[in-house]
Amino acid sequence: MMKNKADEEDYWNSSKFKAFTFDDEDDEFSRLKESKRAVNSIRPLVDEDDDEEEVEKVSWSGEPVGSISWSVNETAASNQRTDREPAFPKINTDTTSISKSHSGYSLSALFKGETHRSLSDSSVRLYAPELRKPKSEYKVTTRLTAVSLEKFRSLQDKLLLLDYAVSAHDGNVITAVLIYLKRTLSKEVLFRELTDRQTALRHFIHYLTESKDQRLLLELLRALGRTEDMALLQYKEHLGIADENKRRDFLKSCLSLPFSPEDSVHVEDHYTLLERQIIIEVIPRKQEIFQKFPRKASILNMPLITTLYYCCFYHYTESEGTYSSPLNIRQTFKLSEKQFFVTALAARAKLKAWPDVDALFTSRNWLGFTRKKSPLSFQRVVDVLHKNSAPTQVLQDYVALVDDAELRITLAQKHKCHDIVINTYRDLKDRQQLLGYRAKMARGSAEERKINELLNNSQIRWKN
Amino acid sequence: MAHSARTDCPELPDFFLLKRLARDQLIYLLEQLPGKKDLFIEADLMSPLDRIANVSTLKQHEVDKLYKVEYKPIVSTSDQLCFLIRPRIQTVKWICDVANADKATGRFRRYKIIFTPQKFYACDAVLEEQGIIGDVTTDEWSFYLLPLDDDIISLELPEFFRDNFLAGDQRWVRTAGSALHLLHSLYGPFSKVYGIGRCSKMAYESWREQVEEGEQKARQAEIGKVFLIDRDVDFVTPLCSQVVYEGLVDDIFKIKCACVEFGPDVTSSDKSIKVMLNSQDRVFNEIRNEHFSNVFGFLSQKARNLQTSYDKRRGMDIKQMKTFVSEELKGLKQEHRLLSLHIGACESIMKKKTKQDFQELLKTEHSLLEGFEIRESISFIEEHINRQVSMIESLRLLCLLSITENGLLPKDYRSLKAQYLQSYGVDHLLTFANLRQLGLLVEQQPGETLTVMESKVGKLVNDRTGGKLSDAFSSLAKKSNFRALSRKLNLVPKSDEEYDLRVPRDMAYIFSGAYVPLSCKLIEQVLERDGWTGLEEVTRLLNGHEFAVTGSSGADSKAKNDAQRIILVMFLGGCTFSEISALRFLGRERGCKFIVVTTAITNSSRLIEALLDNLV
Repeated sequence: MMKNKADEEDYWNSSKFKAFTFDDEDDEFSRLKESKRAVNSIRPLVDEDDDEEEVEKVSWSGEPVGSISWSVNETAASNQRTDREPAFPKINTDTTSISKSHSGYSLSALFKGETHRSLSDSSVRLYAPELRKPKSEYKVTTRLTAVSLEKFRSLQDKLLLLDYAVSAHDGNVITAVLIYLKRTLSKEVLFRELTDRQTALRHFIHYLTESKDQRLLLELLRALGRTEDMALLQYKEHLGIADENKRRDFLKSCLSLPFSPEDSVHVEDHYTLLERQIIIEVIPRKQEIFQKFPRKASILNMPLITTLYYCCFYHYTESEGTYSSPLNIRQTFKLSEKQFFVTALAARAKLKAWPDVDALFTSRNWLGFTRKKSPLSFQRVVDVLHKNSAPTQVLQDYVALVDDAELRITLAQKHKCHDIVINTYRDLKDRQQLLGYRAKMARGSAEERKINELLNNSQIRWKN
Repeated sequence: MAHSARTDCPELPDFFLLKRLARDQLIYLLEQLPGKKDLFIEADLMSPLDRIANVSTLKQHEVDKLYKVEYKPIVSTSDQLCFLIRPRIQTVKWICDVANADKATGRFRRYKIIFTPQKFYACDAVLEEQGIIGDVTTDEWSFYLLPLDDDIISLELPEFFRDNFLAGDQRWVRTAGSALHLLHSLYGPFSKVYGIGRCSKMAYESWREQVEEGEQKARQAEIGKVFLIDRDVDFVTPLCSQVVYEGLVDDIFKIKCACVEFGPDVTSSDKSIKVMLNSQDRVFNEIRNEHFSNVFGFLSQKARNLQTSYDKRRGMDIKQMKTFVSEELKGLKQEHRLLSLHIGACESIMKKKTKQDFQELLKTEHSLLEGFEIRESISFIEEHINRQVSMIESLRLLCLLSITENGLLPKDYRSLKAQYLQSYGVDHLLTFANLRQLGLLVEQQPGETLTVMESKVGKLVNDRTGGKLSDAFSSLAKKSNFRALSRKLNLVPKSDEEYDLRVPRDMAYIFSGAYVPLSCKLIEQVLERDGWTGLEEVTRLLNGHEFAVTGSSGADSKAKNDAQRIILVMFLGGCTFSEISALRFLGRERGCKFIVVTTAITNSSRLIEALLDNLV
């Protein structure tokens, strides 16, 4: 449920909140005190904070201070106690954001920060006396908590309690108050109040997420008008569905969810892909290739590119009309040339289908000459081929196509494409390098002979 | 390290006390449940527990069998079950299931849950809902701080990062405050506290309140200054590839509670070895902060020295040999073992890194940091995605691109996101939503800045709500302003200058001289200026929330106290080994020592993994 603007105005101008001022010592102030007391009481209950450890045997099981004092007493007996004084100043966490803003804040907002400070500075210890009892007993804890929170019955008191909890920056306490509010307020009222309390709202969302209360969380997001979050949260449920047909049907039902236009395309692709994978999965695997390279895993729920790889591997030659044809997948999902190219290259290289690899690069220009073209740098191509253990004869064709001479030499040396190294040095007219390279070649090898021929060639004008 | 370090660095306080405290508390808690009992331990508490107690300690206190929490029905036959867990709803629900299953079969047992470091109210609520309050007793083990090394203390709370920065849940703020309080009571009083970030501010407040509530003792301070910093102040640094040895080892082999498991490829045998990596390991201690390019040379020099020492035994007479064996051999053997391990690790690192085109990857990162050749970087990342190279790595590069560029152009964002989903699965839609919420991977908003947005919203609704809304905005997807910060703080040295990595001249050495980590630079600047004066523009770019406060008790004892040169830096949301190395460097340069307290040790993969949402 979304409140309209009028509602909002109305709400904020309602007498209850107008009356809520901090300057005069009216009962609003004591209410706040009470909130603080309640909030503080939760903390010691939950954290077992206790500063009476000397008196109580069990206390050092709780707060570190107790245990430390025990330990410090033991290790450094000479330590003395000093008078208590506030050792460090308070930095107000609220005022910073307020003072940073130049305009647009009401006096009451500023005032709020002010009051908080003065309240917290007061040295009055607001702990209820009954809270100083030992807290290790579980039953006691809950009873006290219940009592201390049950006192807050009016909406106004509850909200004060919540706001106070938020201003104390203890997430545990904020959540504690929220759990109480969830139990004692109707959803509509709670959601409405949380709309304007972002910190509390985030705690509530996190609490619902952690306790897996999906239903209430969806209701909350709907009420807040956060439709995209809602859609994503619902979409996420598909991860828990193991059966592929049920998952596909669930994804289909997701198509109508209020995703952003961009995301709805992705979700539709997801549905189409799974539908497609279910079909591909049951194609009889009789061909030789499945025997030679048995599948290691099912194709279900794999990413699109993995699916494409699979199809390039097992169904490469199929006509574009079939669902498992790589070209059909490319069409359906509007994959870029590069995406298709990289995947097909890797798959065909893996199979050592070098003619297929070669064909991927071949394009004809308008004169009918074929030349190698690649959407991927040839350096990367060599890399992919090398990783799939392509032989040197195959590699050298592609190393030769690397434009940059230096890079070409590095790659050729790495992959032992001697001819390319030698030819490149020749083109660079670099006699020194050639001499050096000859030293690395085996005695009497073809490479050595080739280098010797070049060095003896008087036509070449060496640069060194 | 071969550079002109100052020699007058003060001694670090001894943190062994923290371990003893934690152990004694645990023993006390175990004794609260007298008699034989089986102990169930949450998986991620095993390693931390290992560091402070061993099985025989537990056995001495009548722990019979040990189990890992696995969210399955249990097989224990003991009449008393003790659960040592983090305060998580899921775990508490499981314990309720266990107890209720026993009830259903008429079995009577005693159950005790020990929450560490503290219990949350939400856990109590589950116990109440499931009707087992009264059957179960609960306790808290305030095991806040685990010293990992002489100068590293961890809260071992990796979930701090996601809970606080993504979910906006402040449940750990008080924990951080308590951890600080513990350090303050043992090693304080602190005289000065600096900080930046919303969470830092809240943690400071929580700590300050606890100081006021508790007792204070006059003692000689061992730690003088404190710096608190939120992880979201600097996301760039943890997203970069680490090239300092310790960081690199963490990136590749994953260091867990200062312990690493080297596999067969490192040990060159058929088994894996678990090794503690800390200052006790003399070989490691000398190379941990070194740029990787120096490590090989160092290790081979060391190996040669070792050989010489071994060779000494030639030509010894019996008596000399006897002294050699009893005095030197053991040390040499150990050094030998460590050396061969680290050499093995180096080789394995080299192999892995050359395989994945590490050089090119680094080049891309440096371009992003410098803001040069962005189109080339984008197409590198695109190819990375297309080739389905590591899912985490691709995301890391995308995030780095987004933060350094203040968001991606809408056209790039859409295209890269689509290709990412095609390569790694559409499930990652949720991951992208998380990254956007955190501001790590966003589209550039044409023309509209946050402040315009804020004032618009502020006018729409009533003034009172304006404050809360702007609060919400500032914590979500905020602008990173990296480029401006980089210029202002001179984070990226000019690339045409030679940088000798063997003789580092500044903290940039941890990133091959290409980038001074923002987090550490801020610490350096603030310490130098004793506050934020002169850094107004920087804090504005960082969205504020900076503070610097002086304590009343610390101000007078300030005079020439060694403690003033011991600086505790607390990272809320995790810090990397590279940052620790940078701070160690800074300490040596400035004649001070840093103690790093962190909610967890992080690195780029842990950071990204914490934000993934493609699994149930």
